[in-house]
Amino acid sequence: MNRGWGGRSWLLIVFVFLYLPITCLLVFSFTGGEITTRLDGVSLRWYRALLDDDELKRALGLSLTLGALAATAAVIVGSAAAVVLARFGAYPGSRLFAGLSTAPMVLPEVVIGLSLVLLFTHPLLPWLGGRGVVAIWTAHTTLSAAYVAVLVQSRLLEMDRWLEEAALDLGCPPLKVFFVITVPVIAPALAAGWLLSFTLSMDDFVLAAMLSDPGSTTLPVLVFSRLHHGLKPEINALATVVVTVVSIAVIAAHRLMLSAQRRRMQAVAAARRQIG
Amino acid sequence: MEDRGDAQGDYLRIEGASKRFGETLAVASVTLAVREREIFALLGASGCGKSTLLRLVAGLETPTTGRIVLDGEDLSALPPHRRPTNMMFQSYALFPHLTVAANVAFGLRQIRPHMAPKQIAERVDEMLDLVQMQAYAGRRPHELSGGQQQRVALARSLARHPKLLLLDEPLSALDKKIRQRTQLELVRLIQRVGVTCILVTHDQEEAMTMAGRIGVMSPKGELLQVGTPDEVYEQPACRYTAQFIGETNLLGGRVTGGRLRCDDLPEPLALAEAGRPADGSEAWLSVRPERVRLSRTPVDKADNQAPGTVDNIAYLGSHSDYHVRLAGGRTMIASVPCARWGEDTAPVRGDAVWLSWAAPDGVVLTR
Amino acid sequence: MKLPRLFLLRGRFWAGFLPWAWLLLFFTLPFALIVDVSLSSPELSVPPYVSPLSLGPDGQLHWSPDATPYRRLRDELGALAQPGADRPYLAAWGNSLGLAALTTAVCLVIGYPFAYQIARSAEVSRQTLLMLVMLPFWTSFLLRVYAWMSLLDSSEVGLINQALLAAGWIEEPLPLLYNSGAVLVGMVYSYLPFMVLPLYAHLVKLDNRLLEAARDLGARPAVIFLSITLPLSWRGIVAGSMMVFIPAVGEFVIPDLLGGGDVMMIGRRIWDDFGPNQDWPMAAAVAVVMVLLLIGPIMLLRRHGRAAPGSLR
Repeated sequence: MNRGWGGRSWLLIVFVFLYLPITCLLVFSFTGGEITTRLDGVSLRWYRALLDDDELKRALGLSLTLGALAATAAVIVGSAAAVVLARFGAYPGSRLFAGLSTAPMVLPEVVIGLSLVLLFTHPLLPWLGGRGVVAIWTAHTTLSAAYVAVLVQSRLLEMDRWLEEAALDLGCPPLKVFFVITVPVIAPALAAGWLLSFTLSMDDFVLAAMLSDPGSTTLPVLVFSRLHHGLKPEINALATVVVTVVSIAVIAAHRLMLSAQRRRMQAVAAARRQIG
Repeated sequence: MEDRGDAQGDYLRIEGASKRFGETLAVASVTLAVREREIFALLGASGCGKSTLLRLVAGLETPTTGRIVLDGEDLSALPPHRRPTNMMFQSYALFPHLTVAANVAFGLRQIRPHMAPKQIAERVDEMLDLVQMQAYAGRRPHELSGGQQQRVALARSLARHPKLLLLDEPLSALDKKIRQRTQLELVRLIQRVGVTCILVTHDQEEAMTMAGRIGVMSPKGELLQVGTPDEVYEQPACRYTAQFIGETNLLGGRVTGGRLRCDDLPEPLALAEAGRPADGSEAWLSVRPERVRLSRTPVDKADNQAPGTVDNIAYLGSHSDYHVRLAGGRTMIASVPCARWGEDTAPVRGDAVWLSWAAPDGVVLTR
Repeated sequence: MKLPRLFLLRGRFWAGFLPWAWLLLFFTLPFALIVDVSLSSPELSVPPYVSPLSLGPDGQLHWSPDATPYRRLRDELGALAQPGADRPYLAAWGNSLGLAALTTAVCLVIGYPFAYQIARSAEVSRQTLLMLVMLPFWTSFLLRVYAWMSLLDSSEVGLINQALLAAGWIEEPLPLLYNSGAVLVGMVYSYLPFMVLPLYAHLVKLDNRLLEAARDLGARPAVIFLSITLPLSWRGIVAGSMMVFIPAVGEFVIPDLLGGGDVMMIGRRIWDDFGPNQDWPMAAAVAVVMVLLLIGPIMLLRRHGRAAPGSLR
């Protein structure tokens, strides 16, 4: 629990715990054999198998599309909820709304999944279209919107509250203020919310599995069923691709954030020096 | 307190404006007139409702009662973005995602019918020139120092040629050194532009340096007194003003035979003849520390004097504040220019001294 | 933002309409349906239940609830004293709550010193370390569980078994997979970031000067930890624990993939009743009970978790 040797080695041990399983996945994706845990020669055979796997490519395409659509919808619904939470103050039902809007985030997914299945298969609501892609999209939007709401709400609350008033004072009508001042200022939170929603949707198995019909197999649903029907190094190859893409994206975002932070600090320091 | 102003010179009239937030009354029926091209300061402790009053004028709050008339036009029904007023916010509220030039241009872009881009650019140049920030037109707000941000904020609020400029604690975000220099700079700029201006501040020095007239507000949101800086300092209308603006010795008692009898002073105090309250009424005498004379021996022909011992001395460079304990236990402060004493004659702690002041140097207050 | 009344009303209505409507239609209504279905009788039809609420021919609403699922849960509770009685739901509840609590405890023990160490690191490396914690979280959850399947595999090709055999420490491969230990490892692995982030968010705000002041006043390190660090990070401990405990109770994927047939947890029960068993009223009743049981932890998270979601950024 201090800066010394003990603390450092604990840091290292936990990081090994976090990364060892992933590293193993990556290593054995290059095996030439059939077994997922032994290197029988090095080859790219399973990557080729991945490329030839039409079922998997279809599922990936569906997941990407669904992720993008759900993330976009979640940002719209979630930001509107955040505006209601952060700017409306108290009105009858405001506490109920605050509770409801973040509830999807804290309830177990099985419960949310079951509740939405009951909605989409309800005999009195045939116009919802039953289970399928639309149902999964709805579920993902509902779940992700809660995260977006929290993210955007906290940004709205820490945003300089005079900015919007200053814009009004300078003659800008209220609705326009929202789009020319508020949205650009909270843009980083919106972007983060979109990415988080996209990831949640790409990663979700429970909701997608409960709400899927035969025509709507997302990538996690397909991977899950493959894990039940014997392991193949093809999944390792898929994991390697996913981990690589995600790591590049996350590290790039991280770099961007750090350098922006550094630039801002330098600018502030420069301004301090030439006070006036 | 009502201030009628000059009948024909009233440019802005606030008529019985109140603002209630739930249980608390932030602004209590304020009536006030501001003249054209005047710099008017609303002075009060933090939380006294002065900022709320400013926001009522800007339209950012709706008054509970009363109305606001600017240049003959009733503003009450207008939303903030249609009012001919512009405000400089306490934290400046510069748009962080826009450059300095775009911040200044923001208000101009909202004008309907649209201004030509060339016209906007010219006005932006003119404004940045006015505040000497042309070199920073392409910078973002976070790349500027506090003083530079303040100047951009001023340029932005002046760009639309508002009929009324509202300054909310304009310099409170700056360091003390820069603040003093900026006060005079700001006054020069406002006078050069010739805009009417209401300034809100909790800093009496700032109000006295910058404003032509000052309105003092009580913590309950009432307007207590309106006057020029020397009027509110020399002729405070009530105890709150006397104590809030500058330091004072306040002696409370009852008027008896034209004099003020205080419980803890042996002699009743002589009062100036003008405005002396009737016998039997409760009153207070406010004597500024610099009006109190300090001597080692009793003074001949002083209207009021009392013996005491020096309790504490605060050396302040140009002058020293002597805290003198009188016989009755009360402490009074006398401000003495340091140049008055030679090295060895200055009284020290524990010395017996006499305090004295002339009757006209005390202001009699009844509330 | 205070605006004149008139456009407040109009603007508010339209800004509030979308999220309110969405939540009512896709969250509140489905929840009411869970309650409704949990009180309905199973039926061989699509969907496989008959709602207790029906519109009679006389045009009146009839309410005829069937509480069989709740009665079954109650009977199992009542049979608690009888040894050897078959109590599938109670056993699943026991497994779920027990494993969730254990997961939370292990995550806390691993995560607290870990988060503390990150929070006390230099500011530049802090961001990078935090990113490294988050990175696995952004990659696929299923694939991370799959990684443990190959590590824990009970045959001689399982990675851990391979290593132990090669080292000569064991003769026979150990049965590592398909038991509650494997589920515990998988859950700790998956939920550790949920514990670390809120803890970090609170520990990083801990003013170092407080610790220096305590040291200056002569407190020993253990005293400093117990009297300053721990109380000031208490909210983070509660928030992190709830963020692990709540989803762990309802977890389905990890027990299914790592626990095999032996570890029946309540999330799998819902899944099985909903899927193969086609007993939707039972699944719904279990979900209702789950929500009721989790209200306490959720309230705790609400009260203490303010800083937690923001730290997800």
